[in-house]
Amino acid sequence: MHRFANPARFQRLASIILPWSDVLTAGLLVSGLYFALFASPADYQQGETVRIMYIHVPAAWMAMFTYSVMAAASAASLIWKHPLADVAARAAAPIGAGFTAIALITGMLWGEPMWGTWWVWDARLTSVLILFFLYLGYMALVNAIENPAAAARAGAILALVGFVNIPIIKFSVDWWNTLHQPASVIKMGGPSIAPSMLLPLVLMALGFHFYFVSVLLRRMRSELDLARVRALEDAIALNSEEAAA
Amino acid sequence: MTRTLFALIKRDLNLAWRQGGGALLGTVFFAVAVVLFPLGVGPEPNTLARIAAGVLWVAALLAAVVSLDRLFEADHDDGSLDGLALLPLPFSLVVAAKCLAHWLASLLPVVIISPFLGLMMRLEGDALGALVLALLLGTPGLSFIGAIGAALAVGLRRAGALLSLLVLPLYIPALIFGVAAVEAARMGLDPAPHLMLLFGATLFAVVIGTAAATAALKFDLE
Repeated sequence: MHRFANPARFQRLASIILPWSDVLTAGLLVSGLYFALFASPADYQQGETVRIMYIHVPAAWMAMFTYSVMAAASAASLIWKHPLADVAARAAAPIGAGFTAIALITGMLWGEPMWGTWWVWDARLTSVLILFFLYLGYMALVNAIENPAAAARAGAILALVGFVNIPIIKFSVDWWNTLHQPASVIKMGGPSIAPSMLLPLVLMALGFHFYFVSVLLRRMRSELDLARVRALEDAIALNSEEAAA
Repeated sequence: MTRTLFALIKRDLNLAWRQGGGALLGTVFFAVAVVLFPLGVGPEPNTLARIAAGVLWVAALLAAVVSLDRLFEADHDDGSLDGLALLPLPFSLVVAAKCLAHWLASLLPVVIISPFLGLMMRLEGDALGALVLALLLGTPGLSFIGAIGAALAVGLRRAGALLSLLVLPLYIPALIFGVAAVEAARMGLDPAPHLMLLFGATLFAVVIGTAAATAALKFDLE
């Protein structure tokens, strides 16, 4: 694993992966959107609004997947002090927050025609909203600490605490939901989903994953470049100080 | 070892209670926050009884967050945290003792005045008892979970707003189980299952809060 701790090796690897993941992202999203918007049937109950699902469901999956990636990277950073793991966790957070926001917004847009309201305090919606706040808290903490090493360490601890707490929060929200309102909401999907709808969903989900890889690698690269710029600036400042002395 | 820990708790309590410690500020905040609600929603007894559990619990969570900045900040600023790290004790025990002292100084008073505020919010009989019991079992967890946020934000400027963003989402289980216990009692049901879950969440908070806060502070001390 520490083979990839070398930033130069990572940059080389990233430049190999990036073209592939870019092409796959574009291909999967374009074909996924074609099937989602044109080549799949409208739902017999939900009509055309069912097409929101092809964005909404993959975004919700990615919201959880990204937090798992962050937690795994944070664990690697704390346990093995792997320098790139810090960068990865930090770079993943805004992407995850973005997916979570997309899931929430498309959920509201879908809820309005389906349930007649923009927001339902459904257990799932509420959990995703809380996940959004966990992302925001992580980003706020990491940005508030100036020393990069301290920020990475604090962020890693917070991400892991959040990860361990997510099942408990989820459980408590389900508990709360069953107490306050019996399932008034149409339960989505189930295992039986028509193949014509499954295909665009899978294409979009895969497209979202490769999009995540592309953006994550780019963000990690720019973080590494930024670290290098900072180091160079420090060196120049030190030199001019010595020259002045 | 036990004696050192007791001395540590006593020290923190003294610091909190003496002048400038501001231990009761959180409690006063709790009372004021609760009193604002009848003014906001009107004094109708049924409405108040319906929202009482939620209002009291949310106010308790906020009172906990407001008092968290004192948990490690002062010791960090004057350097005594470095001294505490040199005690012949595992540092996690020091952290746990400080959390316990925080609960005793800042949140136990909240539990003590809660029956009076509960009565003013028109909670009666079993529901009032369930409220006090729920707060007693649940608030220690607030100190320990809060310690994570306090340790991560130690030494930061404008830590207050950041702390609430870090800590409040993690308080949600305590809020839900705590309110559920009071509501069950109000409906004439048995609050015990909710109280057990609440105390389970507290025990979990003690473990994870101590471990995470210790890890965060250790790095700060390096």
